[in-house]
Amino acid sequence: MKLRLLPAVLFLGIFFFLPLGRILALSLAPLSQLDAALFSRLADVLRFTFFQAAASSLLTVLFGLPLAFLFARVDFPLKPFLRTLTAIPFMLPTVVVAAAFNALLGPRGWFNLALMSALGLSQPPIIFLGTLGAILAAHVFYNATIVIRLVGNAWANLDPRLGQAARSLGASPASVFWQVTLPLLRPALLAATLLVFLFDFTSYGVILLLGGPKFSTIEVEIALQALQMLNLPAAALLSLIQLLCTLTFSVLYTRSLSRLAAPLKPVPQTPRRAQTRLERLLVASLVCVLLMFYALPLLALPLRSISRLEAQRGQRTASGPALTLEYYTELFINRRGSIFYIPPATAARNSLAYAGLTVACSLLLGFPAAQALARPGRLEKWLDPLLLLPLGASAVTLGLGYLLTFNRPLVPFLVPGRGLALSFLASPLIVPLAHTTIALPFVIRSLQAALATIPPRYREAAAVLGASPWQVWWQVDWKILSRALVSAGAFAFTVSLGEFGAASLLARPEYPTLPTAIFRFLSQPGGMNYGQALAMATILMTITGLAIGLIEKERVAGEF
Amino acid sequence: MKRLLGTLSLLTLFLAACAASSQVLPSETEAAASPAVRTLTVMTHDSFSASEAVIAAFEQANQVNLVFLKSGDAGAALNKAILSKDAPLADVFYGVDNTFLSRALAAGVFEAYNAPLLADVPIEFKLDPQNRALPVDFGDVCLNYDKAWFDGKKMPGPASLDDLLKPEYRGLLVVENPATSSPGLAFLLATIQKYGDPGYLEYWRALKANDVVVVDGWETAYYTNFSASSGRGPQPLVVSYATSPAAEFIFAPSPLADAPTASMLQGCFRQVEFVGILKGSPNRALAEKFIDFMLSRAFQEDMPLQMFVYPVNPQAALPADFARFARLAPNPASLPVDEISANREKWLAAWTEVVLH
Repeated sequence: MKLRLLPAVLFLGIFFFLPLGRILALSLAPLSQLDAALFSRLADVLRFTFFQAAASSLLTVLFGLPLAFLFARVDFPLKPFLRTLTAIPFMLPTVVVAAAFNALLGPRGWFNLALMSALGLSQPPIIFLGTLGAILAAHVFYNATIVIRLVGNAWANLDPRLGQAARSLGASPASVFWQVTLPLLRPALLAATLLVFLFDFTSYGVILLLGGPKFSTIEVEIALQALQMLNLPAAALLSLIQLLCTLTFSVLYTRSLSRLAAPLKPVPQTPRRAQTRLERLLVASLVCVLLMFYALPLLALPLRSISRLEAQRGQRTASGPALTLEYYTELFINRRGSIFYIPPATAARNSLAYAGLTVACSLLLGFPAAQALARPGRLEKWLDPLLLLPLGASAVTLGLGYLLTFNRPLVPFLVPGRGLALSFLASPLIVPLAHTTIALPFVIRSLQAALATIPPRYREAAAVLGASPWQVWWQVDWKILSRALVSAGAFAFTVSLGEFGAASLLARPEYPTLPTAIFRFLSQPGGMNYGQALAMATILMTITGLAIGLIEKERVAGEF
Repeated sequence: MKRLLGTLSLLTLFLAACAASSQVLPSETEAAASPAVRTLTVMTHDSFSASEAVIAAFEQANQVNLVFLKSGDAGAALNKAILSKDAPLADVFYGVDNTFLSRALAAGVFEAYNAPLLADVPIEFKLDPQNRALPVDFGDVCLNYDKAWFDGKKMPGPASLDDLLKPEYRGLLVVENPATSSPGLAFLLATIQKYGDPGYLEYWRALKANDVVVVDGWETAYYTNFSASSGRGPQPLVVSYATSPAAEFIFAPSPLADAPTASMLQGCFRQVEFVGILKGSPNRALAEKFIDFMLSRAFQEDMPLQMFVYPVNPQAALPADFARFARLAPNPASLPVDEISANREKWLAAWTEVVLH
């Protein structure tokens, strides 16, 4: 095995496969106790899981592809802002996104209120929440950024002369796209589609909060069985099915990737402005779609966080809510003297610290691994799909596995008899490490896609000309990869900040994060609590938006 | 060779980080305090809260550092306690309720403790005769209604579960899925108590015909669907707690003259929450002191405004705002814990079949 792969493999071995193995081994032992009713439901759950994941990923790719082109090839006003905007949903907790969609499209959302007053209706005309449409829209909203970034990066590095040559030989723009551009984008497109599919496949919060109890995916069923029914064997069986599905997709993906054409010389190019009137119209309409789809729900939140709605009880459809900053000022006061009061600055600092550590860990482990996987030997080919598994693992099951594995010292003989006080689980570092297991497959996958575009003769030429391995890396790999590295880092950052997956099961109350604070407010009734939850969500959105904006600015500055 | 060195150094760094994380952090807290200060870990659910001052007083009096391990909702937290019972994560577990009690007792996670203060606690709360699980607080899950909505329609709020089947209440009620939500389960149990098994399924069929809205959990029901919350949803009736109107009053952004919501005190289910010493705790004496503290007036009087529950200690006085708007149902449903435990999955499966499919 290539040594560069070793750290990543060891890491996932300890922090993913070990806990998962322990919980599965414990739970599958009494498998015979499962009843037939579960198996009859299983078919329905599986069918729906596949269906919604396939439909969501198809829509996400169709939606993301034109936007990927827009960001890669065209220069337009507000570009950095809009690019950042598309990444924000990815890190918002589902409760917050559900609240945003509700403020926009819910029964008392802006759209319904406007339509009701315009058309004189007594019932809201748009029924959005609790439908399949809501699930699909939320999945696109969450994941389109994966397509935009992964495919966009590849597109930006694509040699435009190939298309120009085809055009001069008489090909129409459409056939250039189908026969030149699309085949060249295939590695990135495949990687993006797979990641999107896996996220949709293991979807949990979106299904519960936007789809409602009528819809159930495997992950929803796992959480139900493990946490509510306390039926671990059933949860373990479902987790195993989910893992096997993930493994199958990963293998299929690796296979199809290896059949693709040889890498091409990357030619980074400056995006150009739209020239003809048609082009301008197209760009303008794409930007409009982007704004509608992202800015409206995301603006609904900050707007709600500064409006006081309580003032007009009894006449709720009346317009003109009063503006207020009291939800924000209240955040800084521990009104009830609670020991679990979270000052916003502390929550933000903890969130950012976790996210920073996650970025460092996942890039440090992921970069060498991606390099090893870019020129795989036999063992690497076999390991490759396994490295993707954390994306398809049930967060609930993994969280329970952590509990079993790390509640005592990892190496017992080092600290005999100290038991409870020294358990690894008690360390706050467990949170960024858990985040890293989820972020790592991402980082590896997106770097691998970028590395595949570097022809080996670049490195060979540099080495022949006397460059040290470090110089080769700096002059060749880094120059070409900086874009992809920044994207990968941004992904790791958002994965950590949004805290989805196993992390929510490992929260440490002494180090509360922004999402923890949001949940804390939402768990009690009262207008002040709701207002503060939205204010905290707005802070989370702003901080992450700023952080991502900064990362991307850094990238642009470093590139030229 | 360089590559090998690089890899190895990275690996060493990483392992060192792991080792450091498992050793340095706890000893840091040890070093910060005097050697006499011990740590007591309390595992609990996410809704747990207490006042800084009350907790600090206990810590000072007993030279102890309290660590709270919040472990998800009530079901998830208990499951984690059961799963880790061979190497307990904590000394004390708080927050198992009467719907999960049998499960906790059957799993044998608790050690019995005959706390002296239990003598004052009314017998109806002592559901475990062996005192492995000790009652701490209670409250009723009841329907809440939006007073302004019903006033505006010149319509009375519903007075009983039967009322909810009337055509004038069509589409007005939002409930939580009992399979994923603890108040949802409590409401289902209230209907089972009232209509019996299988009579409750008939009731739910009728409720479904009257367009009951089902959502996954309390947060969605209350903040997205309920019309009196800041979410300003479409339904003026929601399954919540009989203490919620007090929270609405206390957490109002601008001072209110009256609570905007009220509870229907028929068809309620009484939830009792318990605390217990986790089997194998190395700090048994301290754990006992903590439980005594939880049953003492200081903590019991702090609970209502922190967690919006009632104290089991009859000597504990209620805060004025809480006493003014929180309610207790006159005759709440409370099925025997063994019956709940034995039938829970069957009832949930039947309910799912009738209401969701």
